[in-house]
Amino acid sequence: MGLVLLVVIWLITFISGYFFIAKTWWLPAGASVAAAGIDHHFSTTYILMGAVFVAAQVILGYFAWKYRDRGSASPQAQYTHGNNTLEITWTVLTLILFVGLNFMSSSIWASERFRPAAPGAVQVEVTGMQFAWYFRYPGPDGKFGATKPELQDASAGGEGAVGLDTTDPASKDDFVTGTMYVPLNREVEVILRAEDVIHSFFVPAMRFKQDAVPGLAIHMHFTPITIGDYEIACSQLCGLGHYKMHGILKVVSQEEYDKWLAAREAEKQ
Amino acid sequence: MASTNTTAAVDAAGVLLGDHGRLDSGSAEFSVRLRRARLGLIVGLTGIVMIFVSYSSAYVVRKGLPTLDPQTGTLVHDWLPLQLPNFLLVNTLVLLISTLTMEFARRQALRDAIPAMASSDPATSGSSTPGVPWLSLTAILGLSFLAGQWLVWRELAAGGFYVSTSPSSSFFYLLTGTHGVHLLGGILALMAASATSFLGQPAESRGVAVDITAWYWHFMTFLWVYILCLLEFAH
Amino acid sequence: MATGEFAAHGAHAHAAPTSWIRRYVFSLDHKVIGMQYYFLALTAVFVGMMLSLLMRIHLIWPAASLPLLGEIKPETYLSLLTMHGTIMVFFVLTTAPQGGFGNYFLPIQIGAPDMAFPVLNMLSFWVTALAFFVMIAAFFVVGGAPLHGWTGYPPLSALQSAGPGEGLGADLWIISIALFCIGALMSALNFITTTLDMRAKGMTMMRMPLTCWAWFITAILGLLAFGVLLSAGILLLLDRNAGTSFFVPLVTINGQLAGHKGGSPLLWQHLFWFFGHPEVYIAILPAMGLCSQLLSVFSRKPIFGYKAMVYAMLSIGLLGFMVWGHHMFMSGMSPYTAFAFSVMTMAIGVPSAIKTFNWLGTIWRGRLRFTSPMLFALGFVSLFVSGGISGPFLAQPVLDIQLHDTYFVVGHFHLIMGVASIFGIFAATYYWFPKMFGRMMNESLARWHFFISFIGTYAIFMPMHYLGMAGHLRRYSQLTELNYLHGLVPLQTFMTYAAFVTIAGQFIFLFNLFWSMKFGKKASDNPWEATTLEWTTATPPPHDNFGGHMPVVHNGPYEYSVPGQPRDFVMQTDPALAKAH
Repeated sequence: MGLVLLVVIWLITFISGYFFIAKTWWLPAGASVAAAGIDHHFSTTYILMGAVFVAAQVILGYFAWKYRDRGSASPQAQYTHGNNTLEITWTVLTLILFVGLNFMSSSIWASERFRPAAPGAVQVEVTGMQFAWYFRYPGPDGKFGATKPELQDASAGGEGAVGLDTTDPASKDDFVTGTMYVPLNREVEVILRAEDVIHSFFVPAMRFKQDAVPGLAIHMHFTPITIGDYEIACSQLCGLGHYKMHGILKVVSQEEYDKWLAAREAEKQ
Repeated sequence: MASTNTTAAVDAAGVLLGDHGRLDSGSAEFSVRLRRARLGLIVGLTGIVMIFVSYSSAYVVRKGLPTLDPQTGTLVHDWLPLQLPNFLLVNTLVLLISTLTMEFARRQALRDAIPAMASSDPATSGSSTPGVPWLSLTAILGLSFLAGQWLVWRELAAGGFYVSTSPSSSFFYLLTGTHGVHLLGGILALMAASATSFLGQPAESRGVAVDITAWYWHFMTFLWVYILCLLEFAH
Repeated sequence: MATGEFAAHGAHAHAAPTSWIRRYVFSLDHKVIGMQYYFLALTAVFVGMMLSLLMRIHLIWPAASLPLLGEIKPETYLSLLTMHGTIMVFFVLTTAPQGGFGNYFLPIQIGAPDMAFPVLNMLSFWVTALAFFVMIAAFFVVGGAPLHGWTGYPPLSALQSAGPGEGLGADLWIISIALFCIGALMSALNFITTTLDMRAKGMTMMRMPLTCWAWFITAILGLLAFGVLLSAGILLLLDRNAGTSFFVPLVTINGQLAGHKGGSPLLWQHLFWFFGHPEVYIAILPAMGLCSQLLSVFSRKPIFGYKAMVYAMLSIGLLGFMVWGHHMFMSGMSPYTAFAFSVMTMAIGVPSAIKTFNWLGTIWRGRLRFTSPMLFALGFVSLFVSGGISGPFLAQPVLDIQLHDTYFVVGHFHLIMGVASIFGIFAATYYWFPKMFGRMMNESLARWHFFISFIGTYAIFMPMHYLGMAGHLRRYSQLTELNYLHGLVPLQTFMTYAAFVTIAGQFIFLFNLFWSMKFGKKASDNPWEATTLEWTTATPPPHDNFGGHMPVVHNGPYEYSVPGQPRDFVMQTDPALAKAH
């Protein structure tokens, strides 16, 4: 039985470990400035915790086999209540490992989250509602107009869906789309809002996730570095349509973005 | 020997909880029961305290919380403090008096439970007159307090402040309501403790029941004063 | 004279009851109450398991029509998910280890005749049972069970029109949880008072078995945490039914103003997780205590580092109240606060690691007996390591960005709570069955059960980590809409088949349990040759646990293979070591 346990535990460890090492299913390719740093730290954590995982399971399986009771062939168990030096040693080492990992990641966290968006960032207001995403751009005046919940009317298109208050002069040039366009290599400031329940804006390739909370306007930023279409998924349970609340983030060249922007703004005149 | 039976911590707790020390065998059993019941009460009160800690933190958070005004896209504060009716002070006085009568009842019940300790233990000697129905008085005062709270609620409703009118009114009803429910529990415990004498239970059982109810009652009074201060002074 | 002995006679004033109702329904005997809790949990786990089976079927065959239930709509999937989580966390993991085995064995292991407050104990069970019935009722009311997840975040859970099931079903859900909180608080009161005040002569705190320490610390956690959940539930009930706005800001639902303003959804999250994080330690601590116990008994060795184990459990309990924000890194909470919570969360990994080292140290140079409890104890260590290793990923906010709300989290908490903790329940059953029923469970069936469960649960939950890293989100009722999920469906299919096999394997346990009660091999009073107090008494224990002769304790609980002793174990009541110690 000891041998069976060793084999089973080791097999489970090595099989699951294989898929982890082979990266058969892995993080999607990173497409933002932050991705490289995050992925690097992910790998560091991965390697260290992976080593601990394998070591612990291998030792467990090995001990289960080695110290099995073989009747008279086995010596009496070693009567010991423990070893204080060992306790202190492994406590300190574990503490260093865990807190060390944490401090390493904190500098990345700080650079992502402790500073607001740079001036000149492309501003997009992202509004989540059951079960769609809407993207509002401020237009040439660079200001977002007022919205009123009472005015919300999804059947009246994007502007209606977010409840745009047309009496506000700043609203005149705002436009709302169902697809999010951003230019390459420029910081994007995302202002997250929600109309009904909590949603969450997640773009795996950008390593970007943030809950959209009703009653708050949450400012976040990221910088895309690869042209392409990226799926946006809702990552906070929001009701029966949660699984199909998705959108598309299109990262395009600056020229293409300018063309698209000009076309949208022209429609508003 | 008690000292080899328990750890130092439990010994200390025993002193704190009014362990009446080594007396004759009947009293030792009573003191164990009393100590155990008091320990249980302290533990139970800790659980109840956490309910009010949660409410308090929700209150403080909500008071200072800004919310998004969609019109301006900015965060605004919308807390309007509630004007507390003056009658609350009358109610508070009633509760404070009830805690006094409760304490007299407690000492009386403990004296009845351990006749041997009548004059030797300072904790149970008091100036209270034997024969005064302190327990019933406390129950009446408690019920008066609850009736008074009901009147306060009526006064607020007449002024247009219901539970959903504003955040401050919501918290007022929540805190006073939860306290009231717990006080009602205390009144029921009082009545049960009174009933022990009618049901022929030994004086020790009555002593433990009244003692526990009394400490619970004192805690309810203290909790009420805390709630009042929170509603009036917290910024 | 020892006040402990007097306590025995004084507190145990009630004689053994004779009527069927007093013996089995409204019993005041902690052993009967313990069994009532256990069988409540057994019913609950069966319901919870069936719910998860339906979930797994729907994920890979979304259009399938099932007998009796028909097609499972997206909202139904979410109700299954909500109820599965709620029932498992509350009525299984918080009920069987503590209310079930804790009630039965804490008094015996400390040498007491019963719990401190038997009437309160009886009430706490019936309140919990009532809570379960109310929870089940949610399935059968108009609209059905709620769909907001076991975490119940408002505004989704606060607005009656936010989805099917969010009407009466959600109210019943809250009321059930509120009742559960009350039952749990009553139970915690009993456990703490009993442990502090009713230990037998010679049973100091540092001679208590680690199971008792675990039950004690778990009770403290429960005492401090359940009141907060109760408060949150009341506030949510008011938001839903009385028009208050504790948690709901100005929102529209289905195009109409919902009638609230100014509330904070994050307030619910703070209150919920302030409870929720200690709750997961409530779910795992008793299993940790038991694992220590079993590894020691079946390695014939003292636990390695008893004091360290006690301090580790105390630290886990204390730190457990300081880490709740790690569930909220993406919630809109301040990033500075997130950083603080993440440091505390990494710190709490340390005592868990210490316990793992000490478990390995216990079996090192032991003489291992592979009984069924031992198999599950060893399995527990493996699963605890696996489930724990994914913790440090999630504890770092920068990595949590990618992993939050994905299957990575689901894999993490299932391995640790859904499997390791359950293994603790299985281990406890196999271990204490002989003392409760006087018979042994069948060892062959137990081995089948162990290997199917061990391999099967790894097959179900290990792949979830891969899914999470690939960005597969949780609580998705269908995998048909997002393009990047399509390549992950084969893994989901594999998990579903693994679930079929694993669930089937649980019926072996169920059969073994009931069959052995009547036909199992008769057990002696101490079939495992263990040292703790429950093995000194008759089988099953008499009404006052020790037949009038309260034990006197001379040794710690782990005196195995003491050099110079005639047998490889010394009972806690055996004075033979008194001179040596």
